[in-house]
Parts: sequence; structure tokens; C-alpha cells
Amino acid sequence: MTGEAGALLVVEDLSIEFRTREGIVRALERASFTVGQAETVGVVGESGSGKTITAHAVMGVLHPAGRVTGGSVRFRGADLLALGEEERRGYCGREMAIAFQNARAALNPIRPVGRQIEDVLLRHTDLGRSAARDRALELFARVQIPDPPRLHGAYPFELSGGMCQRVMIALAVAGSPALLIADEPATGLDVATQCAVLELIEELAHENRMAMLLISHDLGLVGERADRVVVMHAGHVVEIAPSAELFAAPRHPYTARLLATTPHPDSRLADLRPIPGSVPDLREALPPCRYRYRCERAAPECDEPPLPRVEITPGHFVACRRPL
Amino acid sequence: MSGPLLAVREARKRFPVRGTRRWVHAVDGVNFTIEAGECLGLVGESGCGKSTLVRLVARLLEPTAGQILLDGQEIGSVPVTEFARGPLRAAIQMVFQDPADSLNPRFTAFDTIADPLARLGGVKDRRTQAERVAAVADLVRLPDELLGRLPHQLSGGQQQRVGIARAIALSPKLLILDEPTSALDVSVQAVILHLLVELRERLGMTYLFVSHDLNLVRLISDRVLVMYSGVIVESGPAGEVFTHPYHPYTRALISAIPVADPGGRRERIRLIGEPQSPVDPRPTVCRFYGRCPERFDRCLREMPALRAMGTSHEVACHRYEGGSR
Repeated sequence: MTGEAGALLVVEDLSIEFRTREGIVRALERASFTVGQAETVGVVGESGSGKTITAHAVMGVLHPAGRVTGGSVRFRGADLLALGEEERRGYCGREMAIAFQNARAALNPIRPVGRQIEDVLLRHTDLGRSAARDRALELFARVQIPDPPRLHGAYPFELSGGMCQRVMIALAVAGSPALLIADEPATGLDVATQCAVLELIEELAHENRMAMLLISHDLGLVGERADRVVVMHAGHVVEIAPSAELFAAPRHPYTARLLATTPHPDSRLADLRPIPGSVPDLREALPPCRYRYRCERAAPECDEPPLPRVEITPGHFVACRRPL
Repeated sequence: MSGPLLAVREARKRFPVRGTRRWVHAVDGVNFTIEAGECLGLVGESGCGKSTLVRLVARLLEPTAGQILLDGQEIGSVPVTEFARGPLRAAIQMVFQDPADSLNPRFTAFDTIADPLARLGGVKDRRTQAERVAAVADLVRLPDELLGRLPHQLSGGQQQRVGIARAIALSPKLLILDEPTSALDVSVQAVILHLLVELRERLGMTYLFVSHDLNLVRLISDRVLVMYSGVIVESGPAGEVFTHPYHPYTRALISAIPVADPGGRRERIRLIGEPQSPVDPRPTVCRFYGRCPERFDRCLREMPALRAMGTSHEVACHRYEGGSR
């Protein structure tokens, strides 16, 4: 979970708190992971695990109630958190871009989708107005939007969910970023459309040697598409491993239970074992391991701080005192 | 009782497109039956008409045409407002997709479960009500101490237990489950699925289970209907439809299910183009024509009807003329 030399993105010991009326939510605690050049890293976890706020913190679009309380986000070696607003913005669009979850809500509802793409191009490239329009149409064709000239003038509400998702992806890749953060890019779409959208992102990433942080609650989806997977639970990174290894031999008890509760095409209902308990309330005082009270393997030693980070085999990290 | 619990015959529902004389054909001539005690799965993508169809069956929407028979009794022609107050309202109940949206935010869990008991079951006495609510809460394993809470004080899984408790409070014959787990995390989803299976066994209910996720439907259903653009394109026993799908749409759906195991990744069937508009679709064209990788000229001339493929498996596709691949 420590930064490897040459990684494109290094998130190290990142901690984030949210101030709410009900107290301080320690939404992310000492999260560390890396994304290499042209690598696809999946991030999985239940809702409230900290996936989206990690993405937002990396992009510098954290909700105003949130505050980074420690750690660093380094992109090509530069500490993004230490940069000023203007410098920081220089990274958005060209170097890194995000495709937000729920595309229809994330797009500007009162601007034609083609114009939204042109706005990005005008800001992040040297293209002029008419060249930007041509490029927008090319991008629409690239993300398989039928009849680009017609849909160029369409508003988000006139498009299906799958189409909005494609527009969102076109927006995100318009500036040819080195890193694409795709936050639940296919949630809410039916499986066939979901599959098409993911294949599209994969192709774009491959063509442009673009690295990707693929965030999803769907383990199957992430395992299928990512080179490595980061598993999160209640604001902690609990395990990082190459995809195949993670699915064949998970070492953190939470990952194992998450796998056992996810339906796959061969499972029967009896095979699906629920995870005991629920995600802890992050406003309360928590033990070093936030999975402790849900864990079948928990022992007194689990209450000793700090939460360990063990490289159990090369490239396979586990935050557990009693790994499987 | 002989005959199916529910029979839907040539059900149609059209919605006007505002400012035009055109119509969205949301449900376009659907036929199916559900046997008592069965769990029938209904699968289809968003916008295919599955929610409209179940709202017709639940008598929350007036059908444009067709019959809906519950235990042989025609209920499709009973006006929705009248049905809501009639004795049959208790016989068909529904669990909604997003528990946070479908619970009254000002009702405690107790109020939510007691409401149908008072309105439809005539249980007005506070003490009897409390006993009945406690019994139902126990069935869905909602701890007593949560009964005084408002929806926002409950977790997603607990909210959905309240939604299920409300629906089963009067022991309905038919329980319609409209994507009951799609708003929940996978670990909670597993809990709710197990609960639903257990309740069906204990209370002898019949389920109509709606989902866009064929893999989920397979886990819980005896039979499956696959819906596309207002029509049923395939139906059959859940396991068989899953292992031997016929319709190109069903096959594409199954091939698109993510498989984490790198060795288990199957060949993907790519759908082409865009779905056809449900606004006044041409009656002679297969609804799947615009996206079908296996289309041919006949699909433009004639809309395929459901044909039997073996004993209980049916498919609506010209590729399977004469009962074989």
C-alpha cells in the first residue's frame, strides 16, 4: 500500500473528515493505494466505504463539508493537495478526469450535451470553435452515440440513461487524460448496456494508454475489468491484490465474506451468506480495525492499534492481524 | 382451487405523449399466468414496461385493454380507486424498489405496518393492532425496539423489512416485489432474499418478482418472463431459461453478467444499434429489430409471436421457427 516508484497516482495515508450536525464523520482513514501508468485499478466496497469521496479528493472536488486531515495525493510526483486552486485545476481535464456516477444528474440539465463537450475542449485543448464542434461529433461517434449531429443539440433529459452515460464518458475523455476516474459508470443501467459502456471505456483506455480508477459496488464487474483491486470497508482500505489472486484467495475476512455474498452465475441462493452486522457508524469511537465487530476471526489482539498493513505476498496487501 | 391464481390476458397500457396524438405502448398485449405458491420472475431493462405491467396487475393503473383475473375473478375492469377500497386490495400487495422513497417519512415503522391492518383489515383496536404488528415484525425479523423509529432512523435493510412487513401484514395471496433489493448493498441483498424465500414457505404466498438482473431472478424464481419493449420475448423455467436461453435478447443479457473469475468469462453477445422507440412502434416489426445481431428481413415484415420450445419454454423469435435452433 506504499507508493511504488513510477506510479502515476500515489494516494498515501489519506484521511478525510466530514462535519455534520450529528458530529464528525471519519469517512476515510489513512487510505493508501497506487495506480500505475495505463493500469486499471478497481475500487470496491459497500455504500459508505469511502470509494466516492476518495475519488472526489483525488480530483479536488470534495464536498465543502469534507476536509482532508492528513496524507497526500501525488500525481506524477506532484503533491496535488499542496497546490493552489489554479495550479490544481491545470491537472483536471488534461491529466485526470472523472466520470461521475449518475450521469444524467451530473450533466448540465440546461445546456445541449454537444455544447458541454465543446466547453471541455475549448478549455483543455487548443482547438477553436469549429474544430471543437468537429471533435465533439467525433467523440460522440467514438462513444457510439447514434446520429451525432442530431444528438449534439439534445438536452440530457431527452436521452436514455445509457446515452447520458456515454456523453459523460465522452466529456471525461475529451481532454485525453492520463487517468480516468470512473465512479460507478454503469450503475442503474441494464446488464447489456452496462457491459457495452464498460467495454467502451476499456477500449478507450487501451487505445490511449489511459490509466483508470474503476469504482463500483459490484465485485464481479470490477474483478472482470481491473488489473488490481482495492477493497474498502468503512473508510479503510482493507485489501489490495491483483484481481485473479484476490478472487482466488482473498486474505482479508471482509473480502472473503463480500465474495461469498455476491451472486455469480453458478451460485445458488443457499450459497449466498450474508455478512454479519452492518457498516459501523463512523461518527462513533471505533476500534483500530473497523471490521472488528462484524468479523468471525476477531480476537483480543485486533484491539491493539495501529491497524496493520501487511504485504502478505508481493503486491498483495492486507490490513488485518489475523488474515486468512 | 383449480386454475392459476393470476391470469393476465392481452393486457395493454398506452400513455399519451403530451402535445401530440402519439402513444407510448408501454405494455402491448401481454399474456401470462401465475400458479398459486409459485414465484414468477419478470426480467427486463429499464423502460421495457415491467413496472407498468406490475402496476396493472397490482391495480394501481388502469389497463387500456385486456383482462386480469385473480382466482378466476376479473379485476382488471374494477376502477383503480374502487379497487383500493375493496376487499381484494388486501389480496394483492406490493413491495417497492426504494424503501426510503416508498415509506411515509412521518410514519414510524409501527404506523406503517398498522396502517393496512386498520384500513383494510378492520383491526382498529389498539391492543390487537399492537399484537398483530409485533407478530408481523417478528416474521420479517424487525427488532421490537425499532418499531418506534421513523424511516430515516433505519438502515436500508431495516427500511425494506418495514416495506415487506407492511405488504404481508394482511397475508396477501399475491405479493409483487418490484426490484426489492436494487437499492441495497450486496450483503443486505442476500439477507432480504433469504427472508423472502423463508416468508414464502411459511405463509404460502405467491410472488411476482421483478428485476433487471436475470442472475438475481434465477436465484429466487421458479419461472421467468423476459420482457422487451412492452412484449414478452421469452418465458420458461428459471434454470432452463438461464442455461438454455433462445431469444437473442435473453442470450445477450446472460452473456453480459459480469464474472469475476477470469477463466469463467464467456463470449459476449454484443447488441447493436439503439432500442426502437416505444412511441407508436410499427406493429409489423419485431420490437428487438433495432438491436438484434441476428435480425433478417422477415423480422421487418412480421412481429414474431411466442412459440413453444419444448414443454414449458416459449420464445418469440423468427430464428426458432419449428421448435429448434
